[in-house]
Amino acid sequence: MDFFDRFAIPHPSPIIYASMVAIGLTVIAIVAGLTYFKKWGYLWREWITTVDHKRIGIMYLLSALLMLFRGGVDALMMRAQTAVPENTLLEAQHYNEIFTTHGVVMIIFMAMAFIIALMNFVVPLQIGARDVAFPRLNNLSFWLYFMGAMLFNLSFVIGGSPSAGWTSYFPLAGNEFSESVGTNYYMLAIQISGIGTLMTGINFIATILKMRAPGMTLMKMPMFTWSALITNLIIVFAFPVLTVALAMGTMDRLFGSNFFTTSDGGMDMLWANLFWVWGHPEVYILILPAFGIYSEIIPTFARRNLYGYKSMVASMVLISLLSFFVWVHHFFTMGQGALVNSIFSISTMAIAVPTGIKIFNWLFTLWKGKIKITVPMLYSLGFLPIFTIGGVTGVMLGMSAADYQYHNTMFLVAHFHLVIIPGVVFAMIAGMTYWWPKMFGFMLNERIGKWTFWFIAGGTCLAFFPMFISGLDGQARRMYTYSEATGFGIWNMLSFIGALGLAAGFILIVYNVYYSTRYASRDIGDDPWDARSLEWATHNPVPEYNFAITPQVNSSEAFWDSKKNGHKLFKGPFKEIHMPNNSGMPFIMSILFFVLGFALVFSLWIVAIISLIGVFACLAHRSFEKDHGYHISVEEIEKTEAERGGAEHENR
Amino acid sequence: MKIKWAMLAAIFTIVTVLTGCEPLAVLNPKGPQAETQADVIWLSIGIMLFIVVAVFAILIYMLVKFRASKQSDDYEPPHIEGNVIVESICVGIPVLIVAFLSIVSVQSNYEVESSPEGYGEKEPLVVYASSSNWKWHFSYPEQNIETVNYLYIPTDRPLEFKLYSYGPITSFWIPQLGGQKYAMSDMVTTLHLAADAPGEYMGRNANFSGKGFAENTFNVKAMPQAEFDEWVDEVNNTADPLTEKEFDQLLEPGHLGQLTFKGTHLTFLPPPSAENGGHNHGSGSADKHTEMSGNSDNESDSGHSDSHSDEEHSDH
Ligand code: HEM
Ligand SMILES: [Cu+2]
Repeated sequence: MDFFDRFAIPHPSPIIYASMVAIGLTVIAIVAGLTYFKKWGYLWREWITTVDHKRIGIMYLLSALLMLFRGGVDALMMRAQTAVPENTLLEAQHYNEIFTTHGVVMIIFMAMAFIIALMNFVVPLQIGARDVAFPRLNNLSFWLYFMGAMLFNLSFVIGGSPSAGWTSYFPLAGNEFSESVGTNYYMLAIQISGIGTLMTGINFIATILKMRAPGMTLMKMPMFTWSALITNLIIVFAFPVLTVALAMGTMDRLFGSNFFTTSDGGMDMLWANLFWVWGHPEVYILILPAFGIYSEIIPTFARRNLYGYKSMVASMVLISLLSFFVWVHHFFTMGQGALVNSIFSISTMAIAVPTGIKIFNWLFTLWKGKIKITVPMLYSLGFLPIFTIGGVTGVMLGMSAADYQYHNTMFLVAHFHLVIIPGVVFAMIAGMTYWWPKMFGFMLNERIGKWTFWFIAGGTCLAFFPMFISGLDGQARRMYTYSEATGFGIWNMLSFIGALGLAAGFILIVYNVYYSTRYASRDIGDDPWDARSLEWATHNPVPEYNFAITPQVNSSEAFWDSKKNGHKLFKGPFKEIHMPNNSGMPFIMSILFFVLGFALVFSLWIVAIISLIGVFACLAHRSFEKDHGYHISVEEIEKTEAERGGAEHENR
Repeated sequence: MKIKWAMLAAIFTIVTVLTGCEPLAVLNPKGPQAETQADVIWLSIGIMLFIVVAVFAILIYMLVKFRASKQSDDYEPPHIEGNVIVESICVGIPVLIVAFLSIVSVQSNYEVESSPEGYGEKEPLVVYASSSNWKWHFSYPEQNIETVNYLYIPTDRPLEFKLYSYGPITSFWIPQLGGQKYAMSDMVTTLHLAADAPGEYMGRNANFSGKGFAENTFNVKAMPQAEFDEWVDEVNNTADPLTEKEFDQLLEPGHLGQLTFKGTHLTFLPPPSAENGGHNHGSGSADKHTEMSGNSDNESDSGHSDSHSDEEHSDH
């Protein structure tokens, strides 16, 4: 192809042109707005360069919501296209691009960002720390993720999006069958954001292992922190596999290597194996923090301690180990024979046991409780039945002989959406609502929140239950159209209506944020939910140093103990607090990574080499930089504490 | 409220499955393999339903009994650690269920992975099914005929499909006869099926393979052996021979209708040599085009096939 041809969209359509214009106008509006209100400096000083885990968490949260919107529009377009047989709304290639970007955006850029958002915001507070172990690395993680996400989204207006599915199986994803630069974007964008994720993993393991408040032994950690620890361990073991697979894929596409090609000794199955060796642990990376969130919310609103703390921990450890030994269940049909399939069938179904323990423990947490149904609790209660249905269908898929019939069908699509949506999405909305007052100092409206829940829960059921039926009737996944004679029409129409319900729910979330920002009371105290763990022992919103005095912990519900049993959390006078300095370097480095990625996508070698040198220059600069942070004086702490109701603090 | 609703939805789903106007393809098996799979599916639906009902029941009980609105204001829930007996039950029952399902799973694995039984001494009919963007080529080596996008099979006789692909990974699937299996470019996989009832069935590629994937289907017609033999004779008498040149054209990306030929492409373009796991790693093979480099297993001589593999490559 000609040099400039590659930058053009291979399959332009009015929708794409319209979105290009919309994106252009939005960017101009943002730039103009920032300039007009003179907010550039504020943005740079307070947000872009921040090393504060709370602000980084909020930036992750906003990005995740943005990506949820992008992935949601993709989903709506897919469901609209398949709502009726022989629809001509989208053509095949366009549909293929949309389901590919939907999967990637939702898993890598939405769900991952959402869990990392909440981990960032909550974990240091729950363990009584001032920040994460490596605050500047944390900023770099965020910007790498963000630049990866932006690079990926750029594909849609420059050069064309990938279209080989989020699983990007070779040889389909190779140069021979995917000529446009789309799959280059896939390889590089995920690589860049994956590096960020790996750093997050290391950062949080160090934070949780080394920075807990005095008295907080491992078995006294709140359950969300436990889930974060396990999740980050899985990240550190699983993501390098993805890194390697993506690097091999990149080399195949850019440098003519033959790891996964159909000729010269390439092995297409190798990609599938590497992908799922990462991919299956990845689904547990997504679900475990969600389990952690429910383990915080359910006790809070059942007003009782979590049932079976030890078995909760044990089951998570077991899940994390097992999750590395089941990847073959994603391709039982590759022809590896009855013995291999039997082994992986059994290991797959075995995961259901620890998962079941957790479900029963949540149910028993309700026992003898005093259940108050708030929005976060509503999502948790909705999660239990819907996730159970998703989980048991997972066991059905794990029966490998039967999986020959479910594989690649809508039945599978129903399964994973019915675990991921109640698992991840419900948990994230629940967690966001639950910790919102900690982040912003006011609460989201409960009435709108409950309406939202019904739209989202109802939409989820309506959108995905019919897929079980059409799947069993022979509807393969990823078909952009089907004939009327198949009889799939009715199920897909129901599904489309469900998708509209979900969309309405998400719009209500945005409306709720707007409404509550305008009208909600700012006078909510430090503990509006009457909660149990340490993050509620400081103010709303949280001061930059988190806790004026490092708390002393005696149980996994230290704050509850301090409220009910007179445990003293904060002992001793204020002392000077040592804090890390902000830095612009991670942002600059991430921009360089973005340029590097873009240059590699289009094989612009000189630009690529220059930006790579730039990246190394940044690393070198950091190695020689001396930065001792700064101190917050006692007077300043006293002032802040007084402003935010510090009296209460000293009483404890 | 929510729970009742979800419950209704679940029941609605199941009832529709049970009473649907037409039985769903996968649950309406027409051959022994599909039947094994349908049995496993029904069994697991039953057991899973039991678990779902149990979870729903406990949840509803808890919500009805322990709502704050049902309790006095000064009620303080107790602190309860785990209980060994309760937790053992919560582990024990799932372990038993999984153990039982594992046995069923292993048994059914061996069943679907072997030639179906109960057809006496009948030799399986071997059909090579290969995919190219976005077509299916069916070669009958014994009968020495080849079809495109449609498949005629005899009933009451084991069928052995040899699957491979000229291009992306595809998946050969005839829901009413049995589950799918991948067709790949560097190895041959084997799928055992059989049809018990004459009739027409839908077959397709189930694994996404690019632009023309949705239409990558084929028709399957099962008929008694006598009728099948008649058809074979007719093809042998009337169809044009399949030449190498013709086949190269058939491989071009696109869609084709149904075609019939005398002779098979296996003679001049043998399938990838290794079977089930023995990949060509390029090592030890003088010829770098391992995709086609023939050795041991296949009938035709490898020198012949190599020259064609070169041609095949220049097409891309
Ligand atoms: C009880 C536990 C679970 C079991 C036994 C299970 C089993 C399976 C099996 C066997 C497959 C492959 C099916 C096929 O391709 O034919 C699968 C696919 C999948 N599962 Fe699960 N699963 C479980 C829980 C989860 C959870 C918790 C998540 C996510 C949070 C999840 C997400 C997925 C995804 C994303 C896929 C398909 C990806 C794709 O092919 O695009 N599963 N599951
Ligand atoms: Cu999996």
